[in-house]
Amino acid sequence: MIAFVFKRLLSAIPTLLVVITISFFMMRFAPGGPFNLERPLPPQTMANVMKTYGLDLPLWRQYLNYIANALTGDFGPSFVYKDNSAAELIFKALPCSIELGLWALLLSLVGGVIMGTVAALRQNGWVDYTLMAFASMGTTIPNFVVGPVLTLVLAVFLGWLPAGGWGDGSLYYLFLPVLALGLPQLAVFARLTRGSMIEALTTDHLRTARAYGLPARVIVITHAMRGAMMPVLSYLAPCAAALLTGSAVVETIFGIPGVGRYFVNSAINRDYTVVMGTVILVSVFIIVFNLIVDVAYAYLDPRVRHD
Amino acid sequence: MTEPKTAAETLRPSRSLAELAWLRFRRNRAAMAGTIVLLLVACFSFFGPLFVSHGYDEVFPSYVTVGPSLTPRPDPATLQAVAETTAKRGRVELKSFSVENGTYTAVITAARPIDPRTVRYFDRVNEFKDTTVKDTSADGLTMTITGHVHQELFPFGTDSNGRDLLARIMLGGQISLAVGIAASLVSLGIGVVYGATSGYLGGRVDNLMMRFVEILYSLPFIFLVVVLVVFFGRSITLIFIVIGAVQWLEMSRIVRGQTLSLKRREFVGAAEALGLTDWQIIRRHIIPNTVGPVIVYVTVMVPQVILLESFLSFLGLGVQAPLASWGTLIAEGSHNMQSAPWLLIFPSFFFVVTLFALNFAGDGLRDALDPKDR
Repeated sequence: MIAFVFKRLLSAIPTLLVVITISFFMMRFAPGGPFNLERPLPPQTMANVMKTYGLDLPLWRQYLNYIANALTGDFGPSFVYKDNSAAELIFKALPCSIELGLWALLLSLVGGVIMGTVAALRQNGWVDYTLMAFASMGTTIPNFVVGPVLTLVLAVFLGWLPAGGWGDGSLYYLFLPVLALGLPQLAVFARLTRGSMIEALTTDHLRTARAYGLPARVIVITHAMRGAMMPVLSYLAPCAAALLTGSAVVETIFGIPGVGRYFVNSAINRDYTVVMGTVILVSVFIIVFNLIVDVAYAYLDPRVRHD
Repeated sequence: MTEPKTAAETLRPSRSLAELAWLRFRRNRAAMAGTIVLLLVACFSFFGPLFVSHGYDEVFPSYVTVGPSLTPRPDPATLQAVAETTAKRGRVELKSFSVENGTYTAVITAARPIDPRTVRYFDRVNEFKDTTVKDTSADGLTMTITGHVHQELFPFGTDSNGRDLLARIMLGGQISLAVGIAASLVSLGIGVVYGATSGYLGGRVDNLMMRFVEILYSLPFIFLVVVLVVFFGRSITLIFIVIGAVQWLEMSRIVRGQTLSLKRREFVGAAEALGLTDWQIIRRHIIPNTVGPVIVYVTVMVPQVILLESFLSFLGLGVQAPLASWGTLIAEGSHNMQSAPWLLIFPSFFFVVTLFALNFAGDGLRDALDPKDR
């Protein structure tokens, strides 16, 4: 098991390196840097600026410096907000995104698994059809339509909830963004659960369990669930990474000061260090979650370990 | 007349694979409905502008943010007020105003003799046109002018710049569909060539090429697309190249899998024996045989690409004004939803309907082309 974890950790290194390399070179060769002002700086000032940011070193030195710094979580100073480092700015926005993402993850996972299980138990009945129609709506309609439409109905027409903003970070403010962020994922979980649950319910060991006369609750929750959760688990990793690092769209719609909105704003302002820092951070999230899921997979299904 | 039928005539001709697929597709009601809706949306977007007299970038200052309505504007009851403000702008006073059969007559007075060019103030508003001087009093202080009342129809209303939403939704449809298809073709090209090469060459090259795809898989692509678009400009061409460039990964995997099984087949061996080069074999024998699964995957990809483009446009990184895609229209709508909900409702409706239609048609095509994959 430890060897397995170690092997997976090693394979994450090239990915991370590629991300950092792409980030660095895109940053260096993108046209229109933060110092391309309308009124050019005097040469002496420009030279000083270059020196401060380490841009006068040869390219390979800059590259190695960037890697070394990025590995310690230092992405350099922000080019736009000059008093802050990029890392400071990113980590200031991260808690909002994580709070929003955790709620959305909870909603989609719990809601999706319950919906999928119910649909599987009532296979081909009207409950099943209704739930799956809802799920296919959820997977088809993107969140930049769901978000505004929910706001239009619940906030503008009915006036039950605030139309946006972080407020005090309570659920009253978070409800709509969580819904907009979570619903499409909930639909995916529901479909996955339904599919694997139907498969699990027809396996031999479940027939045996039924023959023993175990109560339906025990059969479904204890025995069928374990097998049915594997596909759900493997989708959990990309989903969690996407939800926790913030959805640019949902955060933009609802005006939430999280990583996603910050990322888009920085990209528009050409704040290269913040943009690239965010890209690296998101990659790390994805890699870590993939790793966690792989390990959990290996724990639940011993066949994976000997692959 | 009653000649006996020969055996050959009573036997049905055997059906080709394509015919069978078409039969299966036609029997699938959801898929047929999806296809028809898709054709309707495409006709609406591409031929609709021929029937709408307003350009997508034509601004109507008199009709800013007017709601959707099937009766032409302006409402005759409001014309009096419009004429009054227009007269004020021309520094004359409106004495009387009447409308009859689409022609209006107004009497204007002023303290000083009126310049006949004052009629231009009336022509300048969207409500009136062809204004002429009918009669001028002897002292030039009173003037009777007449002209047509010009009516415009805005079935979907107008946006906050006074542009016809119907014309803009049609343009948005053109751009969204065009980007969807063009970007899918780009990724189709890259994916098929890459996958076929990797699969056919095999061995260490294959290993390396697939390793590369695997690494790209774990990159946060949405973020990279945003970065690329921001750094290298925001033209439509770039958008579909960028989207195409990130969507080819899955395609290359599918084609590689197909190629691996194809290259063991006799006709490839025969081609090799005839002395064809690797590239010739890939081009002539491998790629044409991967068409089935590739078509299926393209139908899955088109809605994804349309989504991605709309996502970029929604964030303001895609198509730039005065052009519009459904994404930018939805974004505009969500900014104005308190005052003008129709700006959100209509584009969202068309967008969602198209996505559903694409999904249904794609599912149907997959079932039709690959019946064992159900």
